[in-house]
Amino acid sequence: MANVTVHEEDVLIKDHGFDDHFHEHHHGDKYQTNFIFHYVFSMDHKIIARQFLITGMIWAIIGAAMSVIFRMQLGFPEESLTWIKPLLGKWIEVDPTTGIGKLVPEFYYALVTMHGTIIVFFVLTAGLSGTFSNLLIPLQLGARDMASPFLNMLSYWFFFFAGVVMFYSLFLSTGPFSGGWVAYPPLSALPQASSGSGTGMTLWLVSLVLFVVSVLLGGINYITTVLNLRTKGMTLWRMPLTIWAFFVTAILGLLSFPVLASGFFMLVFDRSLGTSFFLSEIFIEGQALDRVGGSPILYQHLFWFLGHPEVYIIILPAMGLVSEVLSVHARKPIFGYRAMVYSIMAIGFLSFIVWAHHMFMSGVNPFLSNFFVVFTLIIAVPSAVKVFNWITTLYGGNLRLNTPMLFAIGFVSMFISGGLTGIFLGNSAIDIQLHDTYFVVAHFHIVMGVAAFFGMFAGVYHWYPKMYGRFMNETLGKIHFWGTIVSAYAIFWPMHYTGMAGVPRRYYSFDSFDAFRHFADLNKFITVFAIISFAVQLVFVINFFYSIWYGKKMTSKNPWGANTLEWTTPIEPIHGNWPGKLPVVHRWAYDYSKDEREFVPQHIPLKEGEVGDH
Amino acid sequence: MIYFIAFAIVFLLAVIIVQIGKITEIASRIRGEEEVEIQNNTTQGKWLLAFMAIFLSGTIYSAYYYKNSMLGYGPLTSASEHGFELDSLFNVTLFFTGIVFVITHILLFWYSYKYRKQRDTKAVFFAHDTKLEMIWTAVPAVVMTYLVASGLVAWNSIFPTLTEEDKYLEIEATGYQFAWDIRYPGEDGKLGRKDFRLIDLANNSLGIDFNDPNANDDIVLGGTDKIILPVDSTIKVRITSKDVLHNFYLPHFRVKMDAVPGLPTSFIFKPVKTTKEFREQLRQYPEWQVPADPDDPNGPQRWETFEYELACAELCGKGHYSMRRIIEVVSREEYAAWMAGQKSFYSTNINPEPAAAVKDTTVADTTASAALDTASVK
Repeated sequence: MANVTVHEEDVLIKDHGFDDHFHEHHHGDKYQTNFIFHYVFSMDHKIIARQFLITGMIWAIIGAAMSVIFRMQLGFPEESLTWIKPLLGKWIEVDPTTGIGKLVPEFYYALVTMHGTIIVFFVLTAGLSGTFSNLLIPLQLGARDMASPFLNMLSYWFFFFAGVVMFYSLFLSTGPFSGGWVAYPPLSALPQASSGSGTGMTLWLVSLVLFVVSVLLGGINYITTVLNLRTKGMTLWRMPLTIWAFFVTAILGLLSFPVLASGFFMLVFDRSLGTSFFLSEIFIEGQALDRVGGSPILYQHLFWFLGHPEVYIIILPAMGLVSEVLSVHARKPIFGYRAMVYSIMAIGFLSFIVWAHHMFMSGVNPFLSNFFVVFTLIIAVPSAVKVFNWITTLYGGNLRLNTPMLFAIGFVSMFISGGLTGIFLGNSAIDIQLHDTYFVVAHFHIVMGVAAFFGMFAGVYHWYPKMYGRFMNETLGKIHFWGTIVSAYAIFWPMHYTGMAGVPRRYYSFDSFDAFRHFADLNKFITVFAIISFAVQLVFVINFFYSIWYGKKMTSKNPWGANTLEWTTPIEPIHGNWPGKLPVVHRWAYDYSKDEREFVPQHIPLKEGEVGDH
Repeated sequence: MIYFIAFAIVFLLAVIIVQIGKITEIASRIRGEEEVEIQNNTTQGKWLLAFMAIFLSGTIYSAYYYKNSMLGYGPLTSASEHGFELDSLFNVTLFFTGIVFVITHILLFWYSYKYRKQRDTKAVFFAHDTKLEMIWTAVPAVVMTYLVASGLVAWNSIFPTLTEEDKYLEIEATGYQFAWDIRYPGEDGKLGRKDFRLIDLANNSLGIDFNDPNANDDIVLGGTDKIILPVDSTIKVRITSKDVLHNFYLPHFRVKMDAVPGLPTSFIFKPVKTTKEFREQLRQYPEWQVPADPDDPNGPQRWETFEYELACAELCGKGHYSMRRIIEVVSREEYAAWMAGQKSFYSTNINPEPAAAVKDTTVADTTASAALDTASVK
């Protein structure tokens, strides 16, 4: 059955496709000829996607390993960490009398800071959106490549160099930046305030400015491609939800990252040129700073004006991927397609007017918080709609419970669990008690950390055949899934309780406070599962690289029986994506189990009397 | 050598993992892909159901198990007036979100199991249903409106605007790396001006401006002294910072506000239980009737050593986790007596001579609670 359909499709594209004369102009493309231009300085969106993915994976391992190290300090403060001294050197301080090695507090904070920066920006922004926007936007829209392949290549290389600079900063003798990933001044502005605020902070800023450039180059490309390079018949309302998500994500990035950059530039001026945008009435290291008149809160506004959209930049692509994976493997149309699109737009819009909910306790006028509470809690409505629609997509389906599907289901569970705690935190009155406690740590790790990772994993397992022409191993995939969902909940669920007990985040040790030190058992439990969770991710890494060369081969073009256009391209990926003409689109992407047909790809013309889009 | 062994172990594990993966591929080749897929769907479906059962009961059981250590439950009720409001808001929110959490999880995992692909099963084409979607847009909207409304009412009552007529005690907390300085207004009930340019670490670490007459009777607590506060009195804490951001955090009082250099912030609260009363409250609970120091079984019990604490809740550098101060809430009479024993900063650090004179008059006038009402508490 499947083979017959594929055959018909080929004829369809050949006879009725859209001829853009691409191959007449691009034969013997010089950029595809040698190794360097094919794999390193590639302008092909499919290669760039893999570059983003693998770079992101390397950063994910580094970022996660950091969290394991600081979790060991928190979970087992009595145990000696001398054994990692060969790796960390002077950052492990060995007590000469007892011989017990401990993480130095400065480096603990450096690890916490780097963990956040790396995972938020390098893994969940570049690694997630960079990978799948690049891979899927041209393929699912029926485009030959991005609007500007050259800018696309630059986008990757700016990201790469941002990573190089950040990596270099890990080896400074004063340590990398250690003031938290939000980098609030004056701590981040004054080298005398913390050892990491010296060269470490300078490199952090350089790295992130490079990163902003990368995001902007990528974002401009994604938006242009979505608006201009859709194939014939691909109206906006026929685009798969993945594309809608990437599209809105790119707009968010384009509008918010420059604001972050402006904040960073002012911070650079405060640090190096003697300005005082963020500094006022400071007495530090025995001296009064002669610069006055600035406001540290201004930086927080600029930071969170990016920072809040940023969490949607992370979660929207994951939502898009999950919507697609759920629909394909449930063999059912996504429920409420239009409601899903409007929810994405609503979330995208609202994300720009809620930033100060991170600042209820930061000294802004309490009256101002009223507005931010209202807008913040409105976001719960489109989010709830999305959750209900995902669940209804499963209702009455014919589910294949394979690894991508399991991760998609896991995503929905994580998004519910983490999303609901947002309702507590978004209410400023409750936030008085919960702000900057472990409750917040639990909330954002579940809703945008773990959930986004689940979306990413669902995407990787699902589109792996498209990337490498082979499948990832299912058994290892399931070990990965079950290990991850169990340990992720085991890590973050207990943090709600410590948070509700008032334990503040970013504490190197809880011993000095009577109120905070009675959770040693929970902290041990969390640390043990953090280690397990890290180990389970290695199963994924092994599976990923092993399958590139030895995975089960893809034998038909459309192994999942999916409707979107990427599955009409040849198994062996080619420059320009389609060998001849481009497919012409006749319907939306979700005609699953319709009129006795299990799936009807987008380029199949409507039968007589058939109602098209829904 | 150790690294070599570690590397060998990792390598061996990788090989084992790959081999585990291969087994199933071989199995599926023997039994046919369709057969394996269907069996897999049933296994995974059951696993999802089992996970749901364990997860949901685990969350409920663990919440119950830890309830006495969480604020607002068991012994740790609020020690301030506004805190009760927050705790009840928290519970209302927990009620609604709890219902949603359980129902959505049951549906999610139950559907995943029920609608798994089996032999000859088919999916239905069910793309949208306007009525259904209207309902589940409207219901969360209504619930949210309720939560927002009650949240904002509470929020705005917690941040009132105090006028001259209101009686309150204004104290000042100044954060710096890595401790707090606490200043009391003294007899006049007014905190004097300060200026960071006047800071002199040896003699005037807060930079109090003694050209301001209000500053002369200000009292500054030493680095580790307990912060003494009167019960049932409105207290306005003016929160400032000398260097970087800090956060004035009193977990038991549900008080939290950033200390921002150059921009004084404030928080108003009213303690409703003295430290002694709170200890008595804790005493009822078995987990507080254990020795405070496990190594000293005959020492004081946990409830006896309980203290209200001040912590920092905004990352401020390497010593962030150590900015502890003890707060002791006492009766108004005890407070007045304690206050009477304090000497002004001016008299002890700046100009020790006339100190005695100022002191004497204060003591003479003091009839315990009267002093509180007229002087310290405006």
